[in-house]
Amino acid sequence: MSLATDHWYDFRDLSNLSRVILEGIDKVAPYELAYIVAPIIGFVAAFVIFVLPSQLYVGVYGERRIIGRIQARRGPNRVGPFGLLQPVADAIKLLQKEALTPKVADKALMWAAPVFFVAPCVLLFAVIPFGPRMVFADVPAGLIFFIGVSGLPVLAAFIAGWSSNNKYSLFGAMRIVAMSVSYEVPLVLMLLCVVVFTNSMSLPAIVEFQRETDLWLIFMQPLAFVVYFIAVSAELNRTPTDIAEAESEIVAGYLTEYSGMRWGLFYGMDIGYALAAAAFASTIFLGGWSMWGLEQWVPPWLIFIAKTHLFYLVFIWTRGTLPRLRVDQLMGFAWKFLLPLAVVNLFLVSLERLWWLEAGLGDGMVFAFAGINIVFSAVAIFLWARFLGYRPESIPTRPRLVQKAGGYVPVEDPPGGGK
Amino acid sequence: MEGAGVQIAFWVLSVLTLVAAGGVMASRNLLHAVLFLIVTFIGVAGFFVLLSAEFIAMAQIVIYVGAISVLILFAIVLTPQSVRDNSETAMVGPAILLGIALSTIFLFVIHDTAWPTTNGTPALSASALGQALLSTWVLPFEIASVLLTAALVGAIMLVRSETEENEDVADVDA
Repeated sequence: MSLATDHWYDFRDLSNLSRVILEGIDKVAPYELAYIVAPIIGFVAAFVIFVLPSQLYVGVYGERRIIGRIQARRGPNRVGPFGLLQPVADAIKLLQKEALTPKVADKALMWAAPVFFVAPCVLLFAVIPFGPRMVFADVPAGLIFFIGVSGLPVLAAFIAGWSSNNKYSLFGAMRIVAMSVSYEVPLVLMLLCVVVFTNSMSLPAIVEFQRETDLWLIFMQPLAFVVYFIAVSAELNRTPTDIAEAESEIVAGYLTEYSGMRWGLFYGMDIGYALAAAAFASTIFLGGWSMWGLEQWVPPWLIFIAKTHLFYLVFIWTRGTLPRLRVDQLMGFAWKFLLPLAVVNLFLVSLERLWWLEAGLGDGMVFAFAGINIVFSAVAIFLWARFLGYRPESIPTRPRLVQKAGGYVPVEDPPGGGK
Repeated sequence: MEGAGVQIAFWVLSVLTLVAAGGVMASRNLLHAVLFLIVTFIGVAGFFVLLSAEFIAMAQIVIYVGAISVLILFAIVLTPQSVRDNSETAMVGPAILLGIALSTIFLFVIHDTAWPTTNGTPALSASALGQALLSTWVLPFEIASVLLTAALVGAIMLVRSETEENEDVADVDA
């Protein structure tokens, strides 16, 4: 089954159009010109079909609008129709603002940190398959590449916090590193479950697996999906878990001393990383560009971007709804709750995969495995939470500190009945 | 891999890695030294890519850049005296001697080894690596994991404070 033809007007695969343009240029112009035009075409196409709608309109504008809606206020609504030009106005404001550097800061590192923060974000999208043939680098170990490169911004954030020479910045830097070290473990174990189940580390192959079995991995590995979502929002500093820049505790964490466009780069790329994580999740868990046959009629890249935005909306939703957690709560949650679940799930998935291979069962088995895994996830989460004492409380009981001290202790009357 | 692009990439990576390695030794600020070390690790990962060993390159980035350097940063930030001053030490002379001795050994080994060459691309896939690790090299693999577990337990024992010790005793008693 061929998903797209080679005609230039076939918009189901955008590489056709760029190839035809490049071949045309190659005929009339000297050889090297095509090499200069190709990146320009790529840049413009990427900007128009992905960066502009996602980064600016879902990321900056949509996020503020939807959070405003959740919090019963209006959000940006003055600049342009419905406030649509707000991202542009913000960018202009940030560009002309002065980027201050404290006298005692490590100036070179403080300058370099935003640069190190931006570069990996662009690299992340290199391995994401936007369509059947629309993947820039089909790396055999694309999944490992994604995990490795998405660990680099943590270093940049640490440099930012340390070089500011400010105690709140250093607190933020320590917190972001501690969070990333903790949450990387369940995240990688859960992605290992996906790799074991699909028998591949290449992202296009994982999408192909989901298309062939007609079942997305979110149904086959629901626990992996849930843990991935929690762990990635902790690593990305999204609001329920953004203790690295918790403004109620440590001013703005590692961004305390940053201003102007240097801060703007961190802000914009935070959204970029969240989008990359959303794109990765929709590739791994939501079937990528496949949609049960719909990809033959609708351009696959459009389906993929829609899924990415859908996942990002869940990020916005949790950000607007949940209160921020404390740092010790988050640490304990990663090590005591998520990690044992991840290990047990990995064991179960390995058993299933082994049985599948040894018994030579057909592709229909994935539906049985999906049923088993969904039931297992629900039971495991419920029982393990009960065991650890994360009990849903409808009636608030006395605060824990009071309980530990043995209840309210009445103050003894001072001798002589003094005042 | 062949071609002009690969040659350019090789020389750029070489310069990057060597300059960064020099920076590790030369920089007075310990944190700068660690950041140079990270650049060196990334350069080495680039060499692995040039050798068509993508998986090892990714593992290099995940383990060395993502995990080990973060732990070194932690260690530096948690030891206040070392953060902003990487001052003179009496061990300079022995260190230089040791460095010369080590590099001499490496140079001899590199010179005397008969390096096998192939024209085709060596297939170093992740699954082949996994097969090798769990069949031929299973004993060193398991010993490494035992060593890591021992290090983990040791680290936890080292950082336990007096109060935690007492709390645990109280828990057992109660």
